[in-house]
Amino acid sequence: MSMVIDRAQAGLVKVVLELEVANHAGVMSHICGLFARRAFNVEGILCMPLADATRSRIWLLVFEDQRLEQMIKQVEKLEDVISVARHGAEHKVFERLEEFFR
Amino acid sequence: MMQMTGAELIVRLLERQGIETVCGIPGGAILPFYDALGQCDTIHHVLARHEQGGGFMAQGMARVSGKPEVCLASSGPGATNLVTAIADAKLDSIPMVAITGQVPLGMIGTDAFQEVDTYGMTIPLTKHNFLVRDAAELLEVIPEAFRIAMSGRPGPVLVDVPKDVQCQMVSFEDYPPVAVRDIPPVPELAAIERAAEMINAAEQPVLYLGGGVIHSGASHLAVTLAEQGGLPTTMTLMALGAMPIDHPLSIGMLGMHGARYTNYVLEEADLLICVGARFDDRAIGKAAQFCPKAKIIHVDIDPSELDKIKTAHVGITGDVTQVIEALLPRVQVKLRKRWLSHVAGLKDRFGLAMPNLENPRSHYGLVQAVADALDDEAVIATDVGQHQMWVAQAYPFRRPRQWLTSGGLGTMGFGLPAAIGAALAEPARTVVCFTGDGSLKMNIQEMATLAEEDLNVKIVLMNNNSLGLVYQQQNLFYGKRTVASKYKRAVNFLKVAEGFGLDAVDLDTAENPAATLAEALKRPGSCLIHCSIDRDEFVYPMVPPGAANTEMIG
Ligand SMILES: Cc1ncc(C[n+]2csc(CCOP(=O)(O)OP(=O)(O)O)c2C)c(N)n1
Ligand SMILES: [Mg+2]
Repeated sequence: MSMVIDRAQAGLVKVVLELEVANHAGVMSHICGLFARRAFNVEGILCMPLADATRSRIWLLVFEDQRLEQMIKQVEKLEDVISVARHGAEHKVFERLEEFFR
Repeated sequence: MMQMTGAELIVRLLERQGIETVCGIPGGAILPFYDALGQCDTIHHVLARHEQGGGFMAQGMARVSGKPEVCLASSGPGATNLVTAIADAKLDSIPMVAITGQVPLGMIGTDAFQEVDTYGMTIPLTKHNFLVRDAAELLEVIPEAFRIAMSGRPGPVLVDVPKDVQCQMVSFEDYPPVAVRDIPPVPELAAIERAAEMINAAEQPVLYLGGGVIHSGASHLAVTLAEQGGLPTTMTLMALGAMPIDHPLSIGMLGMHGARYTNYVLEEADLLICVGARFDDRAIGKAAQFCPKAKIIHVDIDPSELDKIKTAHVGITGDVTQVIEALLPRVQVKLRKRWLSHVAGLKDRFGLAMPNLENPRSHYGLVQAVADALDDEAVIATDVGQHQMWVAQAYPFRRPRQWLTSGGLGTMGFGLPAAIGAALAEPARTVVCFTGDGSLKMNIQEMATLAEEDLNVKIVLMNNNSLGLVYQQQNLFYGKRTVASKYKRAVNFLKVAEGFGLDAVDLDTAENPAATLAEALKRPGSCLIHCSIDRDEFVYPMVPPGAANTEMIG
């Protein structure tokens, strides 16, 4: 957690990525692995199946970083990723979740 | 309604995909599949002696054919042995489908005998991978595996199939359609127009070709573009052969072991047109100091390559063939006399020095003597080390897919099995594998496969009884402390080859080495051609790791 606070204090901007992905075992692993092997920390992660259950939505909370554009391109390249949208820190999804971390 | 087991279904789907040869080694978890394969008489199975060898054979086939090829392994150690060949295919963008056996579904996660998490292990090494949970999924997964392997930027795909899924009965109405390449994205016209304007306006442009040109089948178009625009053209290690080396516009290979003049020309470029290349560190040296005066046009089918290492002034996502076709009508015919004569002047002053070229028992001389004895139809494979770089520098490559080398991963042990694969795919060609004494030992067991398949593969062994490239680096950058790079004993490779059932000749003792070599190369079948090389011959010039390309030594 100290990392999170440091970066937030350093004025780094938070970004929320919204991914639509195929819903089967191993997809999360593909996505997390992309970040992990570039030593790019994912601050928050949330995943829920969509109405038709063959797809899921994943939200990732990351800090803006010069490598982020490259990361997004890499995520878009994954076969199981259908789309990626980028939101600013004002996106509510993680903010509302914080209630569960009190 | 058709009914068959999962194993039979895989075999039928491979047949429909046009697969004629597969390479691998059986084991418990893939036996149902092998049993089905045994009933099929259209697919020839080549029994490798190590799964890594089988993987590189499939790569060798794919590198000469351009089509996805198949390798097989059992679960556990079979799959772990295959991993290096898969990683190698990923880094060089080679289309390949690996099929592995897995323990039965119900036993996954129990540390069952020969269980490893093949899916998890291969996530970072594959373009995509699958763990099949029901035989009916194979109808979709197998064609998908081929589609993904050959579409866009090619790459390896792994399909892990539990043993019980191979045995499971599946019924279906029709076979799925045979997988074909996705239609590539249409390149953006505005970007093409801007690129053409930049090429027309440039004073000192350089065309920089990468492996993508070979994969796209665009070599002839790239040569036309160069000729039309008067563009001096450099090639990466992966692109050798895209433009004939003796073409007047070729400035040879760039990078760590490129000729001095090549790197000097790039230093002076005011426009770099990068086509299907990825600014690899071995090619560009210190990125910040590469082509310092140049604007950059970057063409790649993989959008994540654009702006990854160098920011492009114009980035174009698209298939190289389509992009060049769109550029050609917009690029003006230019003679560029001033720039080309300057390039020629640099070449005269700083061309590649190849001492002892006439002596077939010296490193450059041996490469030259092999080239002299063959025509451009031959396929040239290498292992990894000094010998690889000498061949890259000195062999006169003149056609795409003539040259097979492990570029991105730089895997010792690649050469022999890749050469076997090339010969399996194109048996009419002579295939030469230039190798080193270190590399050859990494997959030497495939000599048995070679003898068994009786293929036209000639192994040219440049034997310096050392890990030469390591020995060179230690001499140059580690105060001559040559730790663990010299062998204390020498292997008698002639006897080893004989033991495996190969013909062998020794240039060291030959009265007329050039004649002995030419004769061995022309004799049909396989042969080991042995030649001792002085350990203290180094690859020059050399850009020290981390330095700029203009800081070459030697
Ligand atoms: C599998 C693997 N292990 C280690 C290396 C590091 N390495 C690069 S070149 C080299 C020496 C190669 O020796 P040899 O095949 O005899 O070729 P030479 O340089 O002597 O021509 C080594 C150990 C590698 N590239 N691949
Ligand atoms: Mg050696």
